[in-house]
Amino acid sequence: MIDLSLLPDGGVAWLDASGPNPHIVLSTRIRLARNVVGHPFSLRATDADRAAVLARVSDAAAECGELRGAQLLRLDELTRLDRQLLHERHLVSKELAALDREPSEARKASAVLIDSPAGVMVNEEDHLRLQAMVSGFALEDAYTALESVDTELGQLLPFAFHPEFGYLTSCPTNAGTGLRASVLIHLPGLVLTKEIGKVLQGLTQVGLTFRGLYGEGSEVVGNFFQLSNQTTLGKAEGELLDHLGRIVRQVIEYEEQARDVLLKTAAGTVDDKVWRAYGLLRYARSLSFEETMNLLSGVRLGVGLNLITGLSVYTLNKLLIHTQPAHLAALEGRPLSDTEERASRASCVRRLLGAETT
Amino acid sequence: MRCDNCKERDAVINLTQVEHDTKVTLHLCEQCAQEKGIETGTTVLKTPLGKFLSAMEKSTTLPVPADTLRCPACGATLRDFRDTGRLGCADCYQAFGDHLRDLLRRLHGSSQHVGERYLPPGAAGEANAASQLLDLRDQLRRAVESENFELAAELRDQIRVLE
Repeated sequence: MIDLSLLPDGGVAWLDASGPNPHIVLSTRIRLARNVVGHPFSLRATDADRAAVLARVSDAAAECGELRGAQLLRLDELTRLDRQLLHERHLVSKELAALDREPSEARKASAVLIDSPAGVMVNEEDHLRLQAMVSGFALEDAYTALESVDTELGQLLPFAFHPEFGYLTSCPTNAGTGLRASVLIHLPGLVLTKEIGKVLQGLTQVGLTFRGLYGEGSEVVGNFFQLSNQTTLGKAEGELLDHLGRIVRQVIEYEEQARDVLLKTAAGTVDDKVWRAYGLLRYARSLSFEETMNLLSGVRLGVGLNLITGLSVYTLNKLLIHTQPAHLAALEGRPLSDTEERASRASCVRRLLGAETT
Repeated sequence: MRCDNCKERDAVINLTQVEHDTKVTLHLCEQCAQEKGIETGTTVLKTPLGKFLSAMEKSTTLPVPADTLRCPACGATLRDFRDTGRLGCADCYQAFGDHLRDLLRRLHGSSQHVGERYLPPGAAGEANAASQLLDLRDQLRRAVESENFELAAELRDQIRVLE
């Protein structure tokens, strides 16, 4: 099993809640899609093509000062559990981790370079997916980190670029800048006041899209939404980020207004709801993942509204990561049955919450 | 002005679609407008890629049957792209350029990259001139399309100097 503590910052420095608006926005992630000239894109590539791409990328990474501390992990040499661990830490996409494939085998030469805050997925849908994840609502910080890696790698490897279409990507929906920025945001106020539908509909009208906790194709759980730009071409990187930033700021404002409304009109109910959630998490002996996410959402709201004090957002963030199935299996050091997993999750939650007094 | 769809008949209808916050105007002849209808317009908006791919089948008037159009570098055909939604390699963008340009406009509201301009390692000067030339040619094409002949003449002169 891989030792996640050896990864730079465990790959999850963003959990520390040090960024702006951490009680509403968990993290900001940006990725840039890039391909190397002279090699077919992943879907058309043979194992030899992919191996050649990986060799070129790892040679370039070795020369790249920005990736000096990066650790390269070959997904085709990892067990399913290890790949799932990396996916649960948002370091590797579901596609690259091959979690949906049966039998679950990672494609040859698929790999990830892990560094903090910026790393690279290799041989995903595109040859390179440069990615940076930072704490809170910090688009500029994430982009700055990514841009320097992009600039340096772009001088070590020839990227596929066209004067009209920009950076060329396997799927035309990513062409141009190749930039997708996502903000992971917690919106229980809008969900409870039933305003969320309108907000999400509004997002799609201004060219943004929303997804669940794990990005593309994932469901919304625990009132966590990933808001991101839909288009990547025809606007400069700065414009795309400004636009997303402006809209996210508005959504944060709406969420804060919704929380005010909740406190004004149903203070007693909200107080009871968040403490019930805390009580269940603090003492339950068996918890499903979905239930945990929903209860954590309640407790997070309670912390945001100062109804629950003495509990840090950092602990709540850690709980999101450590209560996932592969993390529990890694903790117990063996595969778990459903019942064992629920029991292990409840015990993990009790331990982490018990360490903080409220 | 020619119809954007069949490229044969004169355009009589301007169809303006607001996709996200970008305005896309299509100039259509009566027949193509009828064929597309409002229904086509909205369904295209809902699932831009899928619907457009199936619409390409109907609208293609190129002499080469579009399906068999093949990328000389990787061997992928336009049919492969329609089936998978993924291109075979970077050269596919050149090989299927006309088809992709329309698709990119529908997906993103534009096919012109305005973000960072990439210069490959070691070829900065040369790439700069080449990319400038391609830029100018594209501007020329658009100037002619919009019947701005004064600008077109200016651009043509600039292109000659660079060539």
